Amino acid sequence: MQRSKTVEFGVGIFILAGILGLVFLGLRVSGLTPSASSQTFHLEASFSDIGSLKPRARVTMAGVTVGRVESIELDQEWFDARVSMRLDSSLEGELSRDSTAAILTAGLLGEQYIGLTVGGDPEALEDGDSIRDTQSALVLEELIQQFVSSMVKD
Amino acid sequence: MASGFWRQLIDSVAGLGYRGCRVIEALGRASVFMARSVVGVPGGEGVRLWLRQMHFVGVLSLAIVLVSGLFIGMVLALQGYTILIDFGAEQALGQMVSLSLLRELAPVVAALLFAGRAGSALTAEIGLMKATEQLTSMEMIGVDPLRRVVAPRLWAGFVSLPLLTIGFSVVGIWGGYLVGVQWLGVSEGSFWSNMQSSVAFFADVGNGMIKSLVFALVVTWIAVFQGYDLIPTSEGISRATTRTVVYSSLAVLGLDFVLTAMMFGGL
Repeated sequence: MQRSKTVEFGVGIFILAGILGLVFLGLRVSGLTPSASSQTFHLEASFSDIGSLKPRARVTMAGVTVGRVESIELDQEWFDARVSMRLDSSLEGELSRDSTAAILTAGLLGEQYIGLTVGGDPEALEDGDSIRDTQSALVLEELIQQFVSSMVKD
Repeated sequence: MASGFWRQLIDSVAGLGYRGCRVIEALGRASVFMARSVVGVPGGEGVRLWLRQMHFVGVLSLAIVLVSGLFIGMVLALQGYTILIDFGAEQALGQMVSLSLLRELAPVVAALLFAGRAGSALTAEIGLMKATEQLTSMEMIGVDPLRRVVAPRLWAGFVSLPLLTIGFSVVGIWGGYLVGVQWLGVSEGSFWSNMQSSVAFFADVGNGMIKSLVFALVVTWIAVFQGYDLIPTSEGISRATTRTVVYSSLAVLGLDFVLTAMMFGGL
């Protein structure tokens, strides 16, 4: 059988386009960053209620995304949720020890994310430290319950 | 009177059994056929045969798959926008378009198009080879038709359908972007950032690729086996071509449900 350059070229372009498409799906659509793991540091925080926070949720400061939630597990000793986060390494040593973490909701029905607020302590959080001062997620049912019970008292 | 009734009953049960046996026989033949052809991984001269089939099965299917992908992405964006705007959630358009394409539509629709465009042609081609006794002649001169004819086509199908599926997703998302952002005016930043925060590479893109690999296997297997196993007459060829399209469409849709339940059902 004779070789046909056009056929081979066409198939080559086809396979190349497929690989490029996969790279596009990886980088542009699912937002993978090639060098994400090397330039991050690790923080932990315990919440008494995380609402519907999920792994890979955003961690923000002043609305700017600075990291992602890595894992969420139940603390068997205190029975609260331990959330571990990966933050941008440029923040390492910059966040004060009394920074607070709160679980916030984007919009009324949006996804939940963690908002960090810096405190005033001169000592800074290092890799692996945990944030003490946390604020749990707002659960709509609890809010309504409080509202109803305060109505009954009046 | 009574004995006639019993005879009829026995005959109909026997007929059912006969058909059941034939189905199981065909499944067994198909499995043996698959096992014997798949081992013929193209190498040496086979690579050139495989390349020719890649060109026919993959490159020439590109046009229909990409055009359908573009239109499906555009329709998804248009329909999604009219529904999401009621909830004030049109920012979630990128997420909706990309997730439904990656998880569901791209693997399934690409496989259905592939069955119609390439599967039927494979069946007809191999069937005509069988009807004109080319396959028997090959065996006579000592060439294994499973290796020479079937294996390159099988491998071309396995490789090209996942590639076509990637193309379908990319073009579909681009179509959704065109309609959503350029035409309907969803903000470009929220379109892409919502998409990126909700699509996980391995859970969504990866599972879509696994689906598409399974569909490639099933569709090519059915197409090639139907061609190899048909009754070598002109009527047999036309029947087998129809069966290829019907069986592979049903298999794709049925397997899609099973795979989806396994991959995403636990959420």
